[in-house]
Amino acid sequence: MSILSQRPVAHRGVRGQLIALSGVVERNGYLIKRYGWWELAFFIWTVANTLTVVFIAKGVSAAGGHLDVARETTTLLIGAVIWSYLGIIFEILTETVAWERWEGTIEYTFMAPLSRAVHLGGMGLFAVLYGVVRTALLFVVVALFFGLHFEQADFVTALILLAIASVSFVGLGMITAVLPLISPEKGAQLGFIAQGLLLVVSGVYYPVSILPQWMQWIATISPATYALRGIRSGVLDGAGLGATVNDIWPLLVLGAVSTPLGLIVFRAGERYAKRHGKLKRSG
Amino acid sequence: MYAVDVSHLEKQFARRKGTSRRVARALSDVSLQIERRECVAVLGQNGSGKSTLVRALSTLLLPDAGTAQVFGHDVVRQAKAVRRLVNRVSVEASFFKRMSAVENLSYAARFYGLTRAGTRGRIPAILDRVGFPVTRAGEPMEDLSRGMQQKVALARALLTSPVLLLLDEPTTGLDPRSKREVQTFIAEMRAEHDTTVLLCTHDLAEAEALADRIGILHGGRLLALESPDRLRARYAVSDLEAAFFAATGGAIEDDEPDLEETA
Repeated sequence: MSILSQRPVAHRGVRGQLIALSGVVERNGYLIKRYGWWELAFFIWTVANTLTVVFIAKGVSAAGGHLDVARETTTLLIGAVIWSYLGIIFEILTETVAWERWEGTIEYTFMAPLSRAVHLGGMGLFAVLYGVVRTALLFVVVALFFGLHFEQADFVTALILLAIASVSFVGLGMITAVLPLISPEKGAQLGFIAQGLLLVVSGVYYPVSILPQWMQWIATISPATYALRGIRSGVLDGAGLGATVNDIWPLLVLGAVSTPLGLIVFRAGERYAKRHGKLKRSG
Repeated sequence: MYAVDVSHLEKQFARRKGTSRRVARALSDVSLQIERRECVAVLGQNGSGKSTLVRALSTLLLPDAGTAQVFGHDVVRQAKAVRRLVNRVSVEASFFKRMSAVENLSYAARFYGLTRAGTRGRIPAILDRVGFPVTRAGEPMEDLSRGMQQKVALARALLTSPVLLLLDEPTTGLDPRSKREVQTFIAEMRAEHDTTVLLCTHDLAEAEALADRIGILHGGRLLALESPDRLRARYAVSDLEAAFFAATGGAIEDDEPDLEETA
């Protein structure tokens, strides 16, 4: 029998969608492998960027400021590392459309029978897996550079908080992923604006309490606010899950809202793109 | 049940020119039916609406009016069911260029529910069948010739065993040898596999060689859809080029004039 007349077994239902999800992860794995040297270059850039931020603690001390240098260095390190993690999630999800549009594969992906939830979920899953590995490496490299010690740290709590926060981050990433669908030319850059807004209000490098009141209100709906506060408590003070419950429940609520919201927004953007003929290559 | 049943399909796009907004009609009251296992070629100049028709059938466009069904499934309301049945090859062999042929085919198969075990042997077999040198299957796509890339595009489409294959100018830009190879393969595939083909092209010889019926799309309107012989008889001419000219008033190599109107 000819290979063309052989009909392969195509799984449907939940199994079919799980296979499709593994395909999304598989594809991104290939891309990481094929762009290996670029990965190294970007990692070096991220380390340099993080060092620039973390040196500020030593700089303030050298300028006569009174502060616990090791504690402030760790505080800034956590801020820079979580910021880097958030950047990875947003970047990978925004590339869901932007990169595929450039390569021209966008039409093939969007006409495949994988559901949009699985498509975006696969991108989110890969982003989280990849982000955790890169972020952990970044943390270790910079901590070693500054000779930081973490005798008290509860890294399990920190990791659990990061995992819970990731659901919200992926949800927000889905919302920014729609931007290149609507505006092929400038959409990806608009994603950076959304990321920048989170940077301002979430207490990445300074306490939220120093912000004007109206910015503090915005901070209450940013998952990064709770992720940073909880992870810092775990790493700096050894706080366990029980002590960070006030950060966990808002993250759970925000995750439960942002992920379905992200999907709804993306689907609306997809309908708009299909109506206006924007679901096509531009490379 | 028809493989493809398009009824009064309409699609227009808004275009901005300075402060004015204009409307370009891409498809205007298009109706056509394609029987199972039939190959229908749609001839048209650049901008005639061929790709719009293919993209509507691929569930990538929402029509403004009319309906389109693939094996009884509506392309808008039952898009997921349609997607399981359809695959396509377009003028651009679109791939992740740094990834190899095998990598591109592997993840694409997963999107259709095919497991790794199920595609491990099938990918090299299909690549071999379309005439792609399997020894080069691990090389990045960007290192392959345009003809080879198009063969991988054919392999990608066939990997999922589609019952409707949409070919949107699959040989445009290929050298004569690659073009002949791809056309030969399409003919062989029709003989071996239960596939219905919609071929959009502006290559008259390709249409005549491969299609059972030929349509002429002009300004978004389907002017005719008949067998090559009937088409020639209808316009009382001896070849398809003359038939196309008689139907449209232009040569197939020309671009369509802008059929726009102020909104």
